[in-house]
Amino acid sequence: MIRSKGALLELQAVSKRFAGVVALSDVALEIHPGEIVALIGENGAGKSTLMKILGGVHQPTEGVILVDGKQSAIRSVNDALGFGIGFIHQELNVLDNVDVAGNIFLGREPVWGGPLRLIDEGKIHREAKKYLDRLGMRIPTGALLRDLPIAYQQMVEIAKALSLNTRILLMDEPTSSLTLSETERLLSLTKELRASGVSIIYISHRLSEVKEIADRVVALRDGRNAGGLSREEISHDAMVKLMVGRDLAYRQPQPAKETRPRLEIRGLRTQRYPKQEISFDIRAGEIVGFAGLVGAGRTEAAQAIFGADKPVAGTIRIDGQDLKITSPLDAIAHGIYLIPEDRRKTGLITSMPIRENTTLASMERYSTGGLIQFGAERTASERYCKEFRVKCSSIEQPVKNLSGGNQQKVILAKWLSLAPRLLIFDEPTRGIDVGAKAEIYDLMRKLAESGVAILMISSDMEEVLGESQRVVVMHEGAIAGSLDREHCTEQAIMNLAVGHHAQV
Amino acid sequence: MKKLLLKREFGIFVLLLVLCIVVAALNPKFLGAANLQNIGRLIGMYGIFSIGIGLVIMTGGIDLSIGSMVALLGVELAMLLPHLAWPLAVLAVLGTAVVLGGLHGLLITRLGLQPFIVTLCGLLFYRGIARFIANDETKGFGDARGFELLQNLATGRVLGVPMPLILLLIVAAVMWVVLHRSVYGRYLFAVGRNEEAARYSGINTRRMIASTYVLSGAFAGVSSILLAFYTNSISPSSHGNFYELYGIAAAVLGGCSLVGGEGSIFGIVIGTALLQVLQNLVNLLGIPSSLNFAVMGAVILIGVVADRLLKNR
Repeated sequence: MIRSKGALLELQAVSKRFAGVVALSDVALEIHPGEIVALIGENGAGKSTLMKILGGVHQPTEGVILVDGKQSAIRSVNDALGFGIGFIHQELNVLDNVDVAGNIFLGREPVWGGPLRLIDEGKIHREAKKYLDRLGMRIPTGALLRDLPIAYQQMVEIAKALSLNTRILLMDEPTSSLTLSETERLLSLTKELRASGVSIIYISHRLSEVKEIADRVVALRDGRNAGGLSREEISHDAMVKLMVGRDLAYRQPQPAKETRPRLEIRGLRTQRYPKQEISFDIRAGEIVGFAGLVGAGRTEAAQAIFGADKPVAGTIRIDGQDLKITSPLDAIAHGIYLIPEDRRKTGLITSMPIRENTTLASMERYSTGGLIQFGAERTASERYCKEFRVKCSSIEQPVKNLSGGNQQKVILAKWLSLAPRLLIFDEPTRGIDVGAKAEIYDLMRKLAESGVAILMISSDMEEVLGESQRVVVMHEGAIAGSLDREHCTEQAIMNLAVGHHAQV
Repeated sequence: MKKLLLKREFGIFVLLLVLCIVVAALNPKFLGAANLQNIGRLIGMYGIFSIGIGLVIMTGGIDLSIGSMVALLGVELAMLLPHLAWPLAVLAVLGTAVVLGGLHGLLITRLGLQPFIVTLCGLLFYRGIARFIANDETKGFGDARGFELLQNLATGRVLGVPMPLILLLIVAAVMWVVLHRSVYGRYLFAVGRNEEAARYSGINTRRMIASTYVLSGAFAGVSSILLAFYTNSISPSSHGNFYELYGIAAAVLGGCSLVGGEGSIFGIVIGTALLQVLQNLVNLLGIPSSLNFAVMGAVILIGVVADRLLKNR
């Protein structure tokens, strides 16, 4: 391995495995003083894992980390801070009931009064102001964080990092919740930091930002180095190519026979993106992949259709009938079911047995006069377990003891005992092993063939390409485009997902 | 069998039996007819409102207003009976109870207020109103006539069994079916265990939660009538004091978790019985009555600690 002189930080052959799953494999990375390195890759490519290793949150399974040319171990967040590595997380890490100065010096407050350890109010505000001035921020150091916009809260985090003598700043999607002008401001601040000698590792899905500020691009794909680009080589196409880079062999799903639309969404606006209108159709018997980057607003759209979150505006029509959906109860009454992303939080009542979970949404079938017919319930639950091949010791087993795949099958059993018209899958196979994955795809296809419309939110490119008859791509709360089977390639989806409207 | 032994209800049931045997051995008066009847009456009156509080707790809520509600409803009953036919007075009392419970439910589910706060305000508010409308004077039934039947229903005995205990057994039987055999009960446990997942399964979680406050109010209404005739005089500043805590203690002893989703009717009834036997024990064993609460607190703590240690084993 070539050792370049003067690298601030160097990773050699770093690998990370989580319980047998390889998150990073043989990754190398090098950071020099005063440069901005953009780290790009698809969802799940390993960017966040790599950042967490640098930030001391995770330890590498294998590999060497050199700081200032010396082999070092970053065993904790404190170790990382000691090496001058600061971390701005995607989710802000501030106390919103504490003021600006208090946040910057949290845990390191200047004190006086001997054993009383009173906070030196004068000093803490003076010092805080110094760092804010350095960032060109004019906010009162006594303002509570919750009274500041997100962008300012983020600046406070950056000020905190500076106060810790940070030499390398890790920024994980720092602009994901900022407005356009706030983003501009953050980008110019990033450049100023570089000019003052701080090195920055910048993760972003927004390729235009990367293009604007990065000195160098490093791409990860499936946990491995996928190549790099120098300043002159950075372009949208080059970056997308690095991120995608592989060829997949897919089976072609049968095109839907039906032509009438089952679901028509018009002008739907969600609470997360109240200014963006979403409109799209799904035909009966069609599997539509819903692609986009994490946070593009796909889950929010699904929640709105299912009635779990109240939409700001818009109409939802099913089989030509206008629906008024204000709660999941309404959606379920019209045959719209959601298989949510977070199975344990919203999909299942994990401490209840399989039997009670499979029948929870259809109790009226297993009861007379409000009293449960336990025999009928048991028979039905056993039948579904057999039909969907749920691996369990008995239907009385609490679902929390089941594997992810079997939990997913229990949720499916819950809905399929009713008569679905539209099924919304949110990340249907996340955390599910390969065998169960195939079974779920199989089921999905059978359902579509029987005329059910399926909306499949997925961040797994292979899944989107392999299972959808059509792909709708979202970007920052809006529909970026819709791709037919023949135009649907990983490259085309990625282009739409990052907001780069390619000619297709 | 092993499963049964591990259940909280079973442990508390054994504790109750042991306690009864110990007290009976130390003071044979415990098994006297008069003493057993008195305990039975108290278990009946406290058990009915405890079941209501237990239902609320099973959804993950809490009802602190019951004691004050009992006082307010007692005052209301005493003030109405001389002027109204007793069935109407009873209806008015139960109606008030249901309306107040419904109000708690609405504030909690529609405005998203915390149950602790809403019912704490109830605790303060109803006590104040009770004292105000009674002019802070003790209300009794005096020599008013015309409601002997109601009085008998509330304080009488059938085959030596006090009416309140019979009423509790009826309420418990009905609520056992509702909680452990009906769709309502299934939904109640589902909401208590995971409200979001229950909502995503199409359960009207708000209505479920609100309904438990209505039931809690209604059962407090029934208890308040029994208690009014039991004490026969209602001092608005002290009547019903701490009763909500008896209810919460009974529910927790009986296996309800304050997080929600756990509990049984049987457990609540046994929990209530245990508390009453403890009170009785203090009297019968010549323990200074000032230690009453200390004994109760200590036994509840021991019960909960033992339960936790056994579960962790």
